[in-house]
Amino acid sequence: MSTTVAFILAAAALAGLAVAPLFLNAYGIGLLVGMTGYVVLASAWAMFSGPTRYVSLATVAFFGIGAYTVAVLSETLPYPLVLLCACAIGLTVALIVGLSTLRLAGIYFVIFTFGLAELIRQLVTWYEVNVTGTLGRYIFLPFEGIHIYWQLLALAAVTLLLSWWISRSRLGLALRAVGDDEVVAAHAGINVSRAKLMLFALSATIITLVGAIQAPRWVYVEPAIVFNPTISFLTLIMALLGGATRLWGPALGAVPLFLLFEWLSANFPNYFSIILGIFFICIVFFLPQGVLAKIEGLRRPAGKVPPEDKERSGAA
Amino acid sequence: MSQTVLRRAFLRSVSAFGAAALFLSAMSEGATAQDDRTSVRIGYAVSLSGANAGGAGITTIPNYRLWVEDVNAAGGLLLPDGSRLPIEVIEYDDRSSSEEAVRAVERLATQDEVDFILPPWGTGFNLAIAPLMARAGYPQIAVTAVTDRAPEFVERWPSSFWLLGGGADYSTALAAVMAEARDAGAINNQVAMISVADGFGIDLVNAARPALAEAGFELVYDEVFPVGTSDFSTILNEARATTADSFVAFSYPPHTFALMQQSQVVDYSPPLFYLGVGAGFPVFQNMNAENVEGVMSLGGIDPNNPQNAAYRERHQEVIGAPADYWASVITYSSLQMLQQAIERVGLDREAVTQELATGTFETAAGTITLENNQLRDLWWVGQWQGGTFVGVAPTDREGASAPQLPKPGWN
Repeated sequence: MSTTVAFILAAAALAGLAVAPLFLNAYGIGLLVGMTGYVVLASAWAMFSGPTRYVSLATVAFFGIGAYTVAVLSETLPYPLVLLCACAIGLTVALIVGLSTLRLAGIYFVIFTFGLAELIRQLVTWYEVNVTGTLGRYIFLPFEGIHIYWQLLALAAVTLLLSWWISRSRLGLALRAVGDDEVVAAHAGINVSRAKLMLFALSATIITLVGAIQAPRWVYVEPAIVFNPTISFLTLIMALLGGATRLWGPALGAVPLFLLFEWLSANFPNYFSIILGIFFICIVFFLPQGVLAKIEGLRRPAGKVPPEDKERSGAA
Repeated sequence: MSQTVLRRAFLRSVSAFGAAALFLSAMSEGATAQDDRTSVRIGYAVSLSGANAGGAGITTIPNYRLWVEDVNAAGGLLLPDGSRLPIEVIEYDDRSSSEEAVRAVERLATQDEVDFILPPWGTGFNLAIAPLMARAGYPQIAVTAVTDRAPEFVERWPSSFWLLGGGADYSTALAAVMAEARDAGAINNQVAMISVADGFGIDLVNAARPALAEAGFELVYDEVFPVGTSDFSTILNEARATTADSFVAFSYPPHTFALMQQSQVVDYSPPLFYLGVGAGFPVFQNMNAENVEGVMSLGGIDPNNPQNAAYRERHQEVIGAPADYWASVITYSSLQMLQQAIERVGLDREAVTQELATGTFETAAGTITLENNQLRDLWWVGQWQGGTFVGVAPTDREGASAPQLPKPGWN
């Protein structure tokens, strides 16, 4: 019964957000595009990294793959097919990468994913320089901010729905077990590799789609533009602020942080990076488990620690 | 997760979304029209931080500040009715991200409602904001965007202007200069060429290969190096091992500086020594003193043009650093064009766009008339001669210096 109520409320919010751009100017729509983009990125990131606690910095690798696919194919294929191709490429790369690396854990996985983004960027550069002989591609699609926003909003709804469904499914339970202790999970009969791989691939495909949908806004893409590591870091910090293990955590981290960044860059363009750095440090020190967990922790009687907040017991 | 917790989570987030929506609608009503104006609002979003900050900080930002300072010192922008209005600047940082650049321009156009928007630094960023600028009816006088596709962009965005030519212009002009020098016996017909694996380097080298072949040159060495390269000793030694008299590098500033230093270290001083972006930067001269003599690159100036000399002096005085020898003066001149267009037709953006396209302007870079929204009267090849980086090609352009080849050896 209460699930139904929650769904009705979420659907109403979705409808409200869908008509919101009709009452906003170009800048308002631009804000919604950026905000929704990061809500999807952070939610998709948390879909895998939240329960498993594998901190991935590969966000921009897949984001860039999506954007580049659109740049390469937008003039030869109809747009829906381009998006499908982007999905397929993102999924394939995620499966290859996942199969070969999900055995890594802890800091090794973090470093690997960071390197992956750079590797793909260099591969694209190498290919463009040596094979096609151009660097920098043009995307001339007749999309305005509002069209991109609607696509992102739909993707956000799908992503949250998927997260919700996974968290209730056997897969979600398996992943939480992996996050608590991988060895114990394996001994309990969970196919650890399969569970991790499925989630990693799903999360990566969604991230690829975000890149593909947002790319037409930039008209011109080159590796330095679409493989910008800041995107990975911002996604991570947004998910952490909200709480990566909660369904709405990443979204609740992404929206205020995005608005804060926007406010900072509009009002303090020269001090943005300094304020941002201080802010990051504060999040890590004071809200390591995210805002939602903090609020729940304040409500809960002292001494009781929720299971998600326990430190992982070295399952590398 | 229990259902009550879930519902609470939903409710919380729904109210958060509601708050965000309220915030947005409040922002969209922020700016109101002002009739009795006391200033002309001019906005720009340039990379003050991030990967592009170096280029923007040398070419774009100092000239924007210099121009605003100059105009406001004179009492403001002159309008057709003879009155003057001071410039009010709104400056944003795009943090070297396309998405930020796009949103900053949306903010300038619809929140700040500025009268004019100055372009960002770099080809990619100018293209990213071009559709917005065209839709909102702002003229876009793109300077730091080297593109061969400018005619196509003008068709697509009629209020866009492209002032720095395309890669092919620079490469073919270089090939012409080299052919002339070869026919005069100053260099042989072999070339060692390297280029950086990035947009600009690729554009230039792709145009240079056929242009050099057509001019009868033989490419005996042709290497592409990654952006992160800092040690060029292998490349320079390999180039020196060839019999080529000409060394051509389509490089970015860090590579240009490193190539110049390291070729002195390995004592490689070919008769024709051409480097990419950065060879016209003042710091290049400071680092290499009289060894810059004879080095060729893109851009240049007419040393006998008094307006340009006055501009360079003013740049030094206000900014505290000399202007670079390539895009700086064009950047400043693009602002003078805007200033003169406003003086003639007022603040109506459509009229200003029309005037920019058809008018003739007196600027620090000389008299400028655009052809099909592009500036074609540019220095494609320059050379350090007697401590000044002078324009040598097109050779038939007024004020052109004769190229001096072979280059003297290192001191």
